[in-house]
Amino acid sequence: MKINEADNVLVVRSSIVPGDEVHIKNSKIIFDKALGLGHKIAERTILKGEKIIKFGVPIGSAVEDISIGSHVHLHNMKSDYISTYTLDHEFISTK
Amino acid sequence: MNLFQRNELKGYLRKDGRKGIRNIVVVAYLVECAHHVSREITMHFHGQPIHLIGFGGCYPNGYADKMMNSLCTHPNVGAVLLVSLGCESFNRRRLFETIEESGRPVKLLGIQTIGGTKKTIADGVEFISSALDTIKTVPVVDFEIPDLVVGVVCGGSDATSGITSNPAVGKAFDLLVEQGATAIFENTGEMIGLEEIMSNRAVTPALAVELKKSVEKAAKYYTIMGHGSFAPGNAEGGLTTLEEKAMGAYYKAGNSKISGLIKPGDIPQKHGLFLMDIVPDGDPRFGFPNPNDSSEIIELIASGAHCVLFTTGRGSVVGSAISPVIKVCANPDTFKRMEDDMDINAGKILRDEATLNEVGEEIFEKIVSIARGEKSCSESLGHQEFVLGYKTFEPIGPSCQP
Repeated sequence: MKINEADNVLVVRSSIVPGDEVHIKNSKIIFDKALGLGHKIAERTILKGEKIIKFGVPIGSAVEDISIGSHVHLHNMKSDYISTYTLDHEFISTK
Repeated sequence: MNLFQRNELKGYLRKDGRKGIRNIVVVAYLVECAHHVSREITMHFHGQPIHLIGFGGCYPNGYADKMMNSLCTHPNVGAVLLVSLGCESFNRRRLFETIEESGRPVKLLGIQTIGGTKKTIADGVEFISSALDTIKTVPVVDFEIPDLVVGVVCGGSDATSGITSNPAVGKAFDLLVEQGATAIFENTGEMIGLEEIMSNRAVTPALAVELKKSVEKAAKYYTIMGHGSFAPGNAEGGLTTLEEKAMGAYYKAGNSKISGLIKPGDIPQKHGLFLMDIVPDGDPRFGFPNPNDSSEIIELIASGAHCVLFTTGRGSVVGSAISPVIKVCANPDTFKRMEDDMDINAGKILRDEATLNEVGEEIFEKIVSIARGEKSCSESLGHQEFVLGYKTFEPIGPSCQP
């Protein structure tokens, strides 16, 4: 689902298992890994440094090029404010 | 809109004019050394409305002092037993006098003076037995929606929180404010990035400046602390950044104008929507502003909240001493797994089984039922979490409550 017209990410409405398919615009995406409810995927190609838009507002920036349909999370985006702490002590660097 | 029958609501009238939706006895320890004795006293009254609170520190602290004075005179509280060791620095005399002036039965027990654990427990049990009778005589009067003060926190958030439970609570908050109640939202640390949008909703330009300053203070504070208000479970649940969590959290506040800015323990002086600034003033000194969800809940209660809405996606079970906590579960899978702990299933919005407006009205109705005496899930499960630590605050300025 798309929360706001301006968003460049979509939110997964129910859990996804590998092999599930989804059509975004004219692209067919086949998921290669499981995704939990609420996770984000790219609604279009997002270039490194571009803002990630959700709820119609920037929620951080891409740290690498993200292809359409890819999972958007800690590995390819970062906060523009305070870094995100995870249990395996991986920090996503700020700025 | 015929959501409820107002004339059914009753409240316990206190001397300051405020009305409670519960009539409980509080046992409060004034230093950690008196905690065990206090707990033993409460255990004599299992299943009865006796709630244990306290401050563990032996060093004095203005914030903790104000919190304890506010909590012991909360409208849901009918009587108070204070338990002191004797040598701690908590200002027990002032607290005792505050409670006495509020018209509530109060007793102060000093463990050193009385002569130890056993004798203090015996004295405490005796006082509470008689206090339980005394509070039955508190006048019961009509309670209207404008008498209500409702707080909201989120905890154990995931990516569904910002889509279901938080906007649904926002709808309930709009209904409350429309009908003249007081609603408090908090955690400026989770509004980082939203200071412009939020401050534009202030009722006066001077208040807008204060709102913006409070979020800037939070950004600075958390940056020095090295962590945002973001836990690993948030990321597993699909949230990636603090801004994303913040935007989802912000929906809890609904769309009403913001009438004021308060700090923990300040009582809103009029009706409407209030932001609570929970981030200490000055340089970081005593640690994180919100070490856990319970500390945020108790700050809302200290500002007069009769009940606290708690939105959760991952699934929290906590309740609170003094005021009922109402769980609004964002994630339909979590609801299924933890149904006994959840009052409202907002996750059904994702399954197209209800609209945001419908769940907003359901939350509003639930608040009214809880005010009427129905127990929330955490309340009936016996949850009475309480935590109070050290903080430093400057008093709010005149533009905060215009």
